[in-house]
Amino acid sequence: MEMNINTFEQLHNECISRNKAIYEIAQENMASSADISVDEVRAFTNRSLFAMKEAIQTGMASRELSMSGMCGQDCHRVQRRFETVPAIFGKTFEKIIEYALATSEENIRMGKIVACPTAGSCGILPATLTAVSEDFNYSEREQINALITAGEIGRIISVKVALAGAVAGCQAECGTASAMSAAAICQLRGGNVSQILNASALALKNLLGLTCDPVAGLVEVPCVKRNPFLAIHSITAVELALSGVESKIPIDEVIDAMEQTGALMSPTLKESSQAGLATTKTALEVQKRVFG
Amino acid sequence: MKKSTLFDIISPVMVGPSSSHTAGAVRLGLLARNIYKNKPEKVIFKLYNSYAHTGKGHGTEKGLLAGVLGLRVDDRRIKDIFNSDIAKEIEYEFEYCDNFKYHPNAVDMTFIGKNNMFISGESVGAGEIAVRKINDFTVKLTGKYNTVLIVYKDMPGMISQVSSVLQYHNINIASLFCDRNAKGKEASMVISVDGNISPDIVDIIEEIPEVYFVSYIEKLEH
Repeated sequence: MEMNINTFEQLHNECISRNKAIYEIAQENMASSADISVDEVRAFTNRSLFAMKEAIQTGMASRELSMSGMCGQDCHRVQRRFETVPAIFGKTFEKIIEYALATSEENIRMGKIVACPTAGSCGILPATLTAVSEDFNYSEREQINALITAGEIGRIISVKVALAGAVAGCQAECGTASAMSAAAICQLRGGNVSQILNASALALKNLLGLTCDPVAGLVEVPCVKRNPFLAIHSITAVELALSGVESKIPIDEVIDAMEQTGALMSPTLKESSQAGLATTKTALEVQKRVFG
Repeated sequence: MKKSTLFDIISPVMVGPSSSHTAGAVRLGLLARNIYKNKPEKVIFKLYNSYAHTGKGHGTEKGLLAGVLGLRVDDRRIKDIFNSDIAKEIEYEFEYCDNFKYHPNAVDMTFIGKNNMFISGESVGAGEIAVRKINDFTVKLTGKYNTVLIVYKDMPGMISQVSSVLQYHNINIASLFCDRNAKGKEASMVISVDGNISPDIVDIIEEIPEVYFVSYIEKLEH
């Protein structure tokens, strides 16, 4: 039987009363609503997981520039440095930055990626999920559990807030991706339902008000570099949540705040490139060069 | 707003850079292809507003053409579609226009060939799309369900006749949308269903008196 879960409170209660993990509830409901088996839900998820890893590999090896010429070689720069100088926080930190850049750069050169939840935010979750799984030996089964957990977080956010920069700013795209990433890693690291929801809330709370002001209307500046930043951001939320740090504002109320903030945000800052970074002197020069 | 599913959030696997401007464009082309059915000789794409202004940087034109040619959103050939052999099979043209009565990401597609057809659609975000007009009829097609489009004489009892055919074959209607040009003239019915409709059921609907035209439009793959 499909449960109609529209809030995190409902999800939490459902998990507690049936003694199930978020991914178990989510995969059952998805199976029921699409009239398929749980195994088919997991197979679908595995295809997304596979495509995420493929995008990372392809992106790590490419130096091709985007059409505008603004982006495409930062992943290479970072890799080259880490070959000789280790990052302050160690190998997993390096990988997360590299993988997020690799995926986002692959996106802007019209490569194949997974919109998760959107194309502009496609580097965040795959970077943390892959890097942490590689370095801490999480199985494919555990990674699928984590990705389904993340998907359920994104789905419930999207009940209230459209996951589109044009509607609610970047908080709804990269913000949601970061909350999803926090949930996925919290699930991998053995977090319970409350800890997972807290991790998502903590990640999201610190991104409220994030605008969408892309230079020349392209998914490049600041989008590409925002992906590694928010991937790392989500790990901070995980470490806090797993230590028992709670979001004083419950996640459902954080989503309410996000919806309100999105509605109050000026349309000029919501994917219309009419303000913010998009109308700086340099941005206007880029726009003229690219589109004439 | 239609509620997203778990699958919507962790997919699609697509060619970048934008779910609305690239994947959405491919899906609009694909759905238009499913509606038109035949291979067109020529397609004229008229891009509006944001599609017109930033389409070039997002591969929107490439996506639309690739969709009409039957490529899926994750096909790596989209990037170089203008230089590919399959693009040489049809003629195509792009026009650009500002019209704020239209959705920011709207496109009109005029198919020219054995018959001509006008299809207007929009990319509503996260790769989701809606076709709003086929020729003179207002419709609502999202590509998420198998759909049957029926053009018929506007008169009492038509909806019930069609729905009883579907009921008899145990087909559940997910949504129903009707429109007409004028009272007593041509009307259109767009019925989205769970599951699919076999060709013989489409034939039965076509045989209902005063039904002029029936087209079965297959849903897009996820």
